[in-house]
Amino acid sequence: MSRIIPIAAVPPATATVSLYVSEEKIQARSVRGWFAGWRWATVWLTQLLFYGLPWLQWNGRPALLFDLGARRFYVFSMVLHPQDVIYLAGLLILSAYSLFLFTAVAGRLWCGFACPQTVYTEIFMWVERRFEGDRQARIKLDAAPWSLRKIARRGGKQAVWLAMGLWTGFTFVAYFTPARTLGAEVLGFALGPWETFWILFYGLATYGNAGYLREQVCKYMCPYARFQSAMFDRDTLIVSYDPLRGEPRGSRKRGVDPASIGKGECIDCTLCVQVCPTGIDIRKGLQYECIGCAACIDVCNGVMDKMSYPRGLIRFATQNAMAQRWSRRTTWKRVARPRVLVYGTVLAALGSAFVYSLATRAPIRADVVRDRGTLARMVEGGRIENVYRLQLMNATEAVEHVRVEVEGLPGASVAAWSDVDLAATESRWVPVVVQIGPEQASSLRPGAHPIEFRIRLVAPADATREIRADLHEKSTFIVPR
Amino acid sequence: MSDFFSSGWSLFIALATLVSLVACLALLIFASRRTKMADDNSTGHVFDGDLVEMNNPMPMWWVVLFVLTVIFAFVYVYAFPGLGSVAGSLGWTSRGELEADQARASREMAQVYAAYNGVPAETLSQDAKAMAIGQRLFINNCATCHGSDARGSKGFPNLTDNDWLHGGTPEKIEETITLGRTGVMPPMAAAVGTSTDVHNVAQYVLSLSKSPYDSIAAYSGKAKFAACAACHGVDGKGNQALGAPNLSDNVWLHGWGEAAIAEIVNNGKTSVMPAQRGRLSGEQIHVLASYVWSLSHPRQTAAR
Repeated sequence: MSRIIPIAAVPPATATVSLYVSEEKIQARSVRGWFAGWRWATVWLTQLLFYGLPWLQWNGRPALLFDLGARRFYVFSMVLHPQDVIYLAGLLILSAYSLFLFTAVAGRLWCGFACPQTVYTEIFMWVERRFEGDRQARIKLDAAPWSLRKIARRGGKQAVWLAMGLWTGFTFVAYFTPARTLGAEVLGFALGPWETFWILFYGLATYGNAGYLREQVCKYMCPYARFQSAMFDRDTLIVSYDPLRGEPRGSRKRGVDPASIGKGECIDCTLCVQVCPTGIDIRKGLQYECIGCAACIDVCNGVMDKMSYPRGLIRFATQNAMAQRWSRRTTWKRVARPRVLVYGTVLAALGSAFVYSLATRAPIRADVVRDRGTLARMVEGGRIENVYRLQLMNATEAVEHVRVEVEGLPGASVAAWSDVDLAATESRWVPVVVQIGPEQASSLRPGAHPIEFRIRLVAPADATREIRADLHEKSTFIVPR
Repeated sequence: MSDFFSSGWSLFIALATLVSLVACLALLIFASRRTKMADDNSTGHVFDGDLVEMNNPMPMWWVVLFVLTVIFAFVYVYAFPGLGSVAGSLGWTSRGELEADQARASREMAQVYAAYNGVPAETLSQDAKAMAIGQRLFINNCATCHGSDARGSKGFPNLTDNDWLHGGTPEKIEETITLGRTGVMPPMAAAVGTSTDVHNVAQYVLSLSKSPYDSIAAYSGKAKFAACAACHGVDGKGNQALGAPNLSDNVWLHGWGEAAIAEIVNNGKTSVMPAQRGRLSGEQIHVLASYVWSLSHPRQTAAR
């Protein structure tokens, strides 16, 4: 009897890996400290503004109201027409330049301290801590089987999250529908379809982003996270671990001199990893996930204090300063480099121009368009007549009296409709007829002649005719052959 | 789907759409796994000596989103037209949406115009809001020919001078806008006679409006004017029933002077005011007519 040993071909030792994996939930540990304090300060500031502004009244209407239906934006005492979109462009350019400047100086300050994603995550994590406790408690609760206690804690958190999300959605829509009207509509179940949609959409987006997606937004959705690396250089202050001081890392008893045990000052407590909202280890150096929130700096400083080591094992430092052991003073000197100075100068110039332009903005706007129907015509007595359409826009909230005159062409005068009353915030096309007398007409060669419209805002029924705006608009007057 | 000359194109598009949707899913699944080549979380690819391609997996929710978009696409092409000439279960068409929008807009407009319906022009011209609507209607529909200020141009009547070809009552204006007008001046050279006769008639016409004229020629032209009197009247004051202009005032629609008059007498002229019935609703025309009437009755008009 013989035993037959089956022969099987052994596959080569390979394995397949998935290119898609479920991300592990990051349970960031709460942190206190100087930078955390600043973050909470910006949370309070931005949220007081965001939630509070729609309720602020100004001249009997909301201080900030973007009335899309009527195409008017009300910003405190200003009324902006669609033609003022240049100010929006200016605001975006200013924001972009601020981003350049702040990123060149200190990396992702915006991400770590002011971005709505960070701010709402911070608030939602605070709620989470109230209900479920800090990191360890939450990890335990996640693993625990469902119980009344777990349902109560989870349910409480969800209820508060949803309420906050919906309140945020309501506030967002309250910038477009006056908050008081919107509140009454909600209470009376009289919301319009788009108001309902946007409250729910924005509310659920807040809930989902701040409650669940959190760092995933920064890592996989946000373009700024990706292009900022092009805006760093070796003199940019970034959250850095000092390997020369810290390595080799290792645990030890409190107060042990690192030199005596042949180790660096990092005690490898991994607290910097536990507090990180994006779940990275800062000791591996600069990574694209780092949002510059400085939570690891706060927690490490606490550890250093307990160990009686100097603070700053993790600190805001530039790559040059870290490599060349610069003092804080030298580091900051290098931060003020040409790039930063140029950004700063451009930003200051743009900012001043923006403020100046807004401050000296005329209470009316005017555009002069030649009438498309009639080029020029001869009327009674051989006078030459041209017709224009003036678009007059009232950027105030009172009835304004506008007077139209022409200059720059001898003998030219407005023959019809030189005085126009504009209702509050009204925008209106007004035909204006300009004539020149027969003598002037015969002295001018046929063709186009430059003419200037002078559009003034005069106080109605006021003998002194106080002039509050004086606009000049160029056009042409055509003399026919 | 009349854009294509053969139904094959429609089939091709439907097929291409479905195949691409399925291919999207297939590619996602096919590319989701790869053979592990190294233990250091890299793909084993090294470029330029030290550039290592790492395996940083995409998160699963991203994959779920991708699948959801593909599912959405299937639902979309089922409900909306997307597969060649297939209409989709909702029967949506861009024309239908436009018509629904227009119907909604006219419903909303009807509420605005309801307040003005049947209100006489004399009253309506005092209503600043109605006149603002009228002005916008005028600028959008009439200003192309009559000018923004309604003073017309050569060949296009001035609507502000209270001189009317077909009558200036609000009712007549409304009729003109609704049905349009055709003004025919036939070539009259043969009926008038020689070119000298035309010269004489033109001088006579100039004399009617007290314009400078040659009195001898005008005297000879008076007899020849009989050919014109059928429409323009013996005294040249015109006839609004026929749309024949008054020749005795100083309004010169087609140009002043003997040359302009002779040109019209010799060659005639047909002028058309197009009917607005299909373009504007009766309520709109009523407001528009009141606005036009108000232009020649400025004293009754509220402050501009």
